[in-house]
Amino acid sequence: MPHPISPLAIRAFTATSALGRGLDAHAQALAAGRGGLTRNDFSSAPLDCWIGRVPGLEDEPVPEAFVSLDCRNNRLAWAGLRQDGFVGHVLAARERYGASRVAVLMGTSTASIGATEEGYRRLDDGHLPPELAFPALHTPHSLANFVASLFDLEGPCMTVATACSSSAKVFASAERMIRLGLVDAAVVGGVDTLCDSVLFGFNSLELVSPEPCRPFDAGRRGISIGEAAGFALLERLEAAPDAPRLVGYGESSDAHHMSTPHPEGLGAELALRDALARAGLAPADIDYINLHGTASMKNDEVEAALITRTFPATTRASSTKGFTGHTLGAAGMLEAAITLLAMREGRVPGNINAEAPDPNCGPQMAWSAEKRDVRIALSNSFGFGGNNACLAFAAAERLA
Amino acid sequence: MSPALTVWVRGIGLWAPGMADWTTFRAIVRNEASPGEVTRPVADTLPANERRRAPESVLLAAAAAGQAVAMSGLSAADLACVFASGHGDQTITDYMCATLASAPAELSPIRFHNSVHNAPVGYWTIATHCHAASSAVSAATYSFGAGLLEAAMLAVADERDVLFAAYDIAGTGPLREMTACTGAFAASLVLSPHPHQGAARIDLTLVPGNIRDASLGDARMDGLAHSNPTGAGLRLMEALAQEQSLALRVATADSLDVHLDVEACR
Repeated sequence: MPHPISPLAIRAFTATSALGRGLDAHAQALAAGRGGLTRNDFSSAPLDCWIGRVPGLEDEPVPEAFVSLDCRNNRLAWAGLRQDGFVGHVLAARERYGASRVAVLMGTSTASIGATEEGYRRLDDGHLPPELAFPALHTPHSLANFVASLFDLEGPCMTVATACSSSAKVFASAERMIRLGLVDAAVVGGVDTLCDSVLFGFNSLELVSPEPCRPFDAGRRGISIGEAAGFALLERLEAAPDAPRLVGYGESSDAHHMSTPHPEGLGAELALRDALARAGLAPADIDYINLHGTASMKNDEVEAALITRTFPATTRASSTKGFTGHTLGAAGMLEAAITLLAMREGRVPGNINAEAPDPNCGPQMAWSAEKRDVRIALSNSFGFGGNNACLAFAAAERLA
Repeated sequence: MSPALTVWVRGIGLWAPGMADWTTFRAIVRNEASPGEVTRPVADTLPANERRRAPESVLLAAAAAGQAVAMSGLSAADLACVFASGHGDQTITDYMCATLASAPAELSPIRFHNSVHNAPVGYWTIATHCHAASSAVSAATYSFGAGLLEAAMLAVADERDVLFAAYDIAGTGPLREMTACTGAFAASLVLSPHPHQGAARIDLTLVPGNIRDASLGDARMDGLAHSNPTGAGLRLMEALAQEQSLALRVATADSLDVHLDVEACR
């Protein structure tokens, strides 16, 4: 079992998704139980399904100096960074610590692949068209490169691309980096955008629901894909003692199958135990868990059983993918932000769109929003390749 | 300057065109042999049926990783994994983008789930029954340096042995002009936070600046080093092969190198 870690301060965080731009838009939609899924109108031949789309990105290029990195994914990143005063917090951290002492760690599943897809649709005599022929655009690292370039940050800069656990795992990397003294702060985040690769890809696996996704409903029919950007600024506790905290994280591998979870949730449970051990917490300490809850048949069955057998009824649990869709590599960060927002607002988000609970669900499930003190919370993220992560957060007062 | 991270190299693996494993590479670097024919990477850690249908990136990473773990004498099931690649499986990316442009509904589900950047580490953990933390990282051109740093941090922070595997394959189709990857190369290290008999020691320190295209002084090795992002690790692999104590730098970001003090095992 791992040693407990020293908590880190989350000085700032933000989220942008189909629920809107910034934390307040998310808080309002979550409190009202108002989901953001709409009929799929993405791509030239839209599949018959529902998506969580961020409107307006088509008309919002990135700043002109970064034209070689302009794509839907970085447009969403740029829109997301400008919410909740996040830009100012990053600039202040750079000022406080120096550009080489701030890391940029981003999670993404497909990054700017949408630009590569577009280039292939518009091939110019077998070559990508000149307006898309920028090497920095056609790599999984385009997002982290964009964020580091925007802020002129010169510290470590890395992309984690472990499918749907990507932007949860960047919190773990940041904690190690700060603990070992390599940096004083880390900008962590996750951005993934709608693109044909994921829409047609998940469709080919028959994992896409023809209706808005219904996490943990017995009659669920699959996932709805969404897009999102989220970011957090992590620093040592002393730097921002009143901020909410990252108190633990767990990482594990299923070692079972590339695209279906371990049938007994072995990897998910190992990640959970790892997170609790690093946080020095027991299951009964947990007020809220934001579940991975994709609305795929297998994930929800396995995850519901894990929650039912591990936690008391006082621990509340919900998936918020009925609101936002599954935002893939951005889900870890988006749902970390939603979890931190549950603490800030004192409100557990409801698990919307479910009518008849999956029989594996226990009394922990919050089917609708609940006004409640949330001081310690977890967020689950599981990805293809059997890649699992669990994050643990606490309100500032816990250790004061 | 940041504090140093110290790790010991308990296992080494490598695949390059005409250098099918670490032993061959080591002999070539020491002028005891010449490169041979280009052969398919031998990924015997994977089960035979997986090996037959595995994408090139998976074979390549597993070939190098398998050698490193075998040399370490450790159980792969116990090793946390950090796999690094600049561009992942470019053959699959090319296939995906070409198919999506012409007949999106015909996209292959297997190619899709193999398209995730963590496919090689996913197949590796499945083959080795490894339930430890596993990650797949990228930093474009700087993927070797950024991945090595991530692996060393994990080893030191969690006091555990870590399997680091870096790999890139050649580009395919229109994408190749963007990634400029002309060939395949993989390198793997089993890193331990504790000293071990016969293990070289590496002290890693972050330093501002970017080493860029330092020549290795040998046209063939320079060609290999520039064939893809993983090639940036070639100088370190040479130093380990020559059992030299020396200092070198590997870029981890536009303006940040990792300085490596390599102390050969004696």
